[in-house]
Amino acid sequence: MTSLNTHSDPIILEMRSITKEFPGVKALSEVNLRVKAGEIHAICGENGAGKSTLMKVLSGVYPYGSYDGDIVYQAEVQQFKDIRASEHAGIVIIHQELALIPELSIMENIFLGNEPTKRGVINWAEARTRSTELLARVGLREDPETPIKEIGVGKQQLVEIAKALNKSVKLLILDEPTAALNESDSQHLLDLMLGLKGRGITSIIISHKLNEIEQIADSITIIRDGKSIETLDVKADGVDEDRIIKGMVGRTLESRFPDHEPKIGEVFFEVKNWNVGHPQVQDRMVCKNSNFFVRRGEIVGFAGLMGAGRTELARSVFGRSYGRFLSGQIHMDGKDVELKSVKQAIDAGLGYVTEDRKSLGLNLLDDIKATTVSANLKKVSNHNVIDANKVFTVAEQYRKSLRTKAPSVEEGVAKLSGGNQQKVVLAKWMFTDPELLILDEPTRGIDVGAKYEIYGIIQQLANQGKGVIVISSELPELLGLSDRIYTIFEGAITGVLNKDEASQETLMKLMTSARKSA
Amino acid sequence: MNALKKLFGGNTRQFGMIFALVALIIFFQIATDGRTLTPGNVINLFNGNSYILILAIGMVLVIIAGHIDLSVGSVAAFVGVCVALFIRDWGIPWYLGILMGLGLGVLIGAWQGFWVAYVGIPAFIVTLSGMLIFRGANQYVGKSNTIPVPTDFQKIGSGYLPEVGPNIGYNNLTLLLGLLGVGFVIFSEIRSRRNAKALGAEVPEAWVSITKLVLICGAILYATYLFATGRPGTSFPVPGLILAALVIIYGFVSSKTVIGRHIYAVGGNRHAAELSGVQSKKVNFLVMMNMSLLAGLAGMIFVGRSTASGPFDGVGWELDAIAAVFIGGAAVTGGVGTVIGSIVGGLVMAVLNNGLQLLGVGADLTQIIKGLVLLIAVAFDVYNKSQGKKSIIGLMFKNFGRSSELKADETTSTKEVIREGA
Repeated sequence: MTSLNTHSDPIILEMRSITKEFPGVKALSEVNLRVKAGEIHAICGENGAGKSTLMKVLSGVYPYGSYDGDIVYQAEVQQFKDIRASEHAGIVIIHQELALIPELSIMENIFLGNEPTKRGVINWAEARTRSTELLARVGLREDPETPIKEIGVGKQQLVEIAKALNKSVKLLILDEPTAALNESDSQHLLDLMLGLKGRGITSIIISHKLNEIEQIADSITIIRDGKSIETLDVKADGVDEDRIIKGMVGRTLESRFPDHEPKIGEVFFEVKNWNVGHPQVQDRMVCKNSNFFVRRGEIVGFAGLMGAGRTELARSVFGRSYGRFLSGQIHMDGKDVELKSVKQAIDAGLGYVTEDRKSLGLNLLDDIKATTVSANLKKVSNHNVIDANKVFTVAEQYRKSLRTKAPSVEEGVAKLSGGNQQKVVLAKWMFTDPELLILDEPTRGIDVGAKYEIYGIIQQLANQGKGVIVISSELPELLGLSDRIYTIFEGAITGVLNKDEASQETLMKLMTSARKSA
Repeated sequence: MNALKKLFGGNTRQFGMIFALVALIIFFQIATDGRTLTPGNVINLFNGNSYILILAIGMVLVIIAGHIDLSVGSVAAFVGVCVALFIRDWGIPWYLGILMGLGLGVLIGAWQGFWVAYVGIPAFIVTLSGMLIFRGANQYVGKSNTIPVPTDFQKIGSGYLPEVGPNIGYNNLTLLLGLLGVGFVIFSEIRSRRNAKALGAEVPEAWVSITKLVLICGAILYATYLFATGRPGTSFPVPGLILAALVIIYGFVSSKTVIGRHIYAVGGNRHAAELSGVQSKKVNFLVMMNMSLLAGLAGMIFVGRSTASGPFDGVGWELDAIAAVFIGGAAVTGGVGTVIGSIVGGLVMAVLNNGLQLLGVGADLTQIIKGLVLLIAVAFDVYNKSQGKKSIIGLMFKNFGRSSELKADETTSTKEVIREGA
């Protein structure tokens, strides 16, 4: 670890060996973070490295006692029991998904939960004067009475900051503040952060956009796999983007993957000129003219940052289950096919393992056997009457072959660990006997042992001559598993690399910038 | 306690309800000096509640799918008055009238299902509107008069199994029905044991099966005895017969068929169901349509029982049916519930009503007691669930106005996954 500069800026925040465990997963392990008063401190790391978890520990979302280690803030050990307590101390966190109420006005949102009152009655006159002041400070020229839903995301972000200022914030935490913003809104926000710094407000920023971090941050702490790796002083250490990337991905690839000899056949699935619009926002595109193909027996990776449009692409191909389909063709085995519904997609031989098991992939009220057959009830029923014996036999067969750890197939899926839940989901799709299986973040929230097994299952499917698409935020996983990797940035495919050309650095470059390579 | 669980399966709520029902019956039997379990009273209880129980069958499917139907009372009344008018004014035979009534129920259901499934208006609103529309329609076409129905038609509401065969002092058909029921219960238990053995699944111990069979068969035989020994001319009532047939059909459809699985899947997690190829709109449409079909049937049975259709038929039925379903173990959030549970729930309410009446408790107190029973039954369920819930964080987030639910078309970020994992 690089030691911090010797000139003695007071430390406003020190998090000492923070460890936070979830059942089966160690999200943070002995993480240290020192933030100097009045600086902009960036936290960098891959998705799932533990940045958000660390911020939740700090802001009291995970209360004192649910983690190990100390939070020293303004020279005192703090024991926040909820967000209210941390806000009271002047720590305000602004999440990626904004917490504003669309139907209320800017003013009402700023003062929500903090309304200026006179003898129990809200003093709207005071609220208006104060919100006008606050809006001026964040550089937002809007009538405080404007409903939130009528202003754009960039301006909403500013309202969030105004709300924080109103709470006399001392330490402002911004989680991916510019992820949803366009270029000029982002720039405005960054300028505002510099302005706040000038007024002595300390900020912590989490961002994937490394150029922005390079531009505004004073120090950078890098987190990888739940551990704090290093803290860099941007000016003194001469940090640039490449240096940050190196810190973020610096692990060596151990043998975390089963040996696999790919047997790649001909192209059988091809998507051409695929354009999809955002489901709600009229002019926003989530897939821009995407082209890709999959060969038999091939494992194809899709790399991209969160929100780059990987899931959107996969789901729009899978029976148009996301967004507004605009144009594009799908060829399967040389024939044009139209997959207008999930049912058609499944019948055509597609399978899609969702990113979010709990809200999209599973009915948590079901047991293992009902889940296993749920995407292919036809195969276990006679004239629409389900054969309970067949269901049991099928589920039992998959439980054994995938080594799902459960007392019986009658166990509820809600009681299983993440790894075993994922095996049940895989069983469900394997039972539909797909030609192309799309796996969206197949190992998220799963411990290392189960990951290895799931990689084995994926490779087995490929060996049977199926095509597999793996979407993942973990680059080592993609590098270890895929035969070919596409990169996506802001809805567009920015490149494709064969296994031997790909490295974390080359992928990260393609994932964070518009089409640099032709 | 463990033995009890083995006997009645893992669903504590459901076997709790069966116990409550048995306890209630025993309590009233004692409190009314034996006036509860008399043939006359039991037949009366069935006749007077069959239409609510039929509604509960449809309602449980609606609630499993995650909706609600407030219009059933009005739909029942509207179908009832239309059928009465068809028969009186057009002179059609009673069986054609029933068929037309069922057809009308399907049409009304299609109307409501269209708005719920394809336009996406919450069922609460659609059926609240239906409640007004069809109540009004009932009074409009019937001119707020009572319209009598012929005696043939009255049979579906107040008929009994006929006397056939030798006179042995009991109603022969009722006896036959009871024996068939016992045979079926024994047969299906033996078959399920054989299946479990063949598959290598856990086979319940012999004493568990035997005790269970003795209890269930005993109950069936006792009920048969009561129905078969009623006052001359009475026996197992026709509405009870219709109800029994519906329970068997809908119990089978909901637990053993593809469409049944789909209803549970849509109610349990609509997005997961859709991404597994379930056509959730179609499921919602069918469930709403079916509800109005059954409401039409219930309306006709009621008209048959009361010998005429009136402007205030079916007022408040929706609440009785919904209460039965929730007492019977369905979840307000959907995805959970059984047909048989709802029947048990409906019977709890019916026995309560009947017993309090026999005791001479006024309608005012009866309502208070029924309201409390509903509240306690659901509170018990909610409490049970909260015991199993680990995520305190999820609850805290709710307090800060951040919804942890995902909207239809959102993708998930790490944050939610970590939060879920907590």
